[in-house]
Amino acid sequence: MREKLIYGTGVFAAALLVYNLYVMLMNLPDEAAQGAVYRIIFFHVPAAWSFMIGALAAMVASILFLVRKDFKYDAFAAATTEVILVFGAINLITGMIWARYAWGIWWAWDARLTSMLISWLMYGGYLMLREALDEPTQRARFAAVLSILTFPGVIVTWNAIKWWRTQHPGPVLSIQGNKNGMDADMQNTLYLNFLAILLFTGILIAVRMRQEILRRELDGLRREAHSI
Amino acid sequence: MKDLRSEIRGKETINASLSFSIVILLLFSFAFDPDSEQIQAMAGGLLWLVFAFAGALVINRSFARDLPNDCLDALIASPISAAALFFGKAVANFVLLLTIELVSLPVFGLFYNVNWTRQFWSLMLVVVLATWGLSVVGTIFSAMTVNMRLRELMLPMLVYPIMIPCLMAAIQLSAALIAGRPVGEADLIWLKLLAGFDVIYTALALTLVDNLLVG
Repeated sequence: MREKLIYGTGVFAAALLVYNLYVMLMNLPDEAAQGAVYRIIFFHVPAAWSFMIGALAAMVASILFLVRKDFKYDAFAAATTEVILVFGAINLITGMIWARYAWGIWWAWDARLTSMLISWLMYGGYLMLREALDEPTQRARFAAVLSILTFPGVIVTWNAIKWWRTQHPGPVLSIQGNKNGMDADMQNTLYLNFLAILLFTGILIAVRMRQEILRRELDGLRREAHSI
Repeated sequence: MKDLRSEIRGKETINASLSFSIVILLLFSFAFDPDSEQIQAMAGGLLWLVFAFAGALVINRSFARDLPNDCLDALIASPISAAALFFGKAVANFVLLLTIELVSLPVFGLFYNVNWTRQFWSLMLVVVLATWGLSVVGTIFSAMTVNMRLRELMLPMLVYPIMIPCLMAAIQLSAALIAGRPVGEADLIWLKLLAGFDVIYTALALTLVDNLLVG
């Protein structure tokens, strides 16, 4: 059942992604000021959302682990962190490509870019910490603590465009009403692609989490075999 | 508090970190022209990089000092809470780091011919706030990495990215203050960031340290 659910969602996400690509490339016109390259936003922004939502989920799972001591949450946090690192990288790379056209440079040291890079590096540190610890209980506890300590960095990234004057474009979408400057068709595509990428993120996390749980079981069996 | 006493008797960490920070100050003079006017603008960045490096030495020793003879296990087993143990170590690191900074500042002023006392009390406020931030984050990571393979490598790897908001704020504010500008409207965001960093990480560290030491 679980398998079917995962693969079913996967097919749906893939279909949605193909449909979105079709709309982006065939239906939507070039943006007035930026030309064709604006289409990067349909991946850049959803990837950032996936990163931040995933970071929040990893932190919540870490807190739950510390409270309940259930390794399910540890597996979830580890899987999520790994997956969101990929989406963080997509976000950074697409952003750099866009910046090359819009600003003429690959990288500008402004608050949003820098804080995003820092957050990304911190979650990389999380994975390194997991690698450096062998004892599973200790690894889970320490990783959970690190995940909680890391999350404020994501909040800074989220608010960076509000707190500092940056080159980064302001929020294109806003939850509070229709005060954003985006065309309705483009906005719909952005939301649909957000859904597709978020589903995709969820599937990757589910698959990765299963691996993590299996790895733990395997590790337990190996230890048992050693003790005999 | 026992950390401070053993440090006063042994003086190993503080001597090493102090000479280390002075060596770094010396090295920076080769990186760019030490007589130029630009030094005023770069002073904040320079100083806090030195403090961050010296701080890494201090916090590296913080828990590792108790490793020989299983002192750390004895401390954890003793009838004080992990939060109290952590707080004591954080305060000890804070005092050590502050001492290093207060010695390095005049040395820096001498070497680079910078008059840094123009906004003395505001600067001290920034130094105290930022040093507390560095100490508390450093100490919690020291507790995390103490039993780890590659401790000396993992600690700075993990701790510097987390410290960046604190360091950034300290650098911006100190650069302005050393140049003689009082804290204005534009710098307020940095001061808020610095204070927020201290509050958030002190609270988080005190809540979470139990999971690192006792489990």
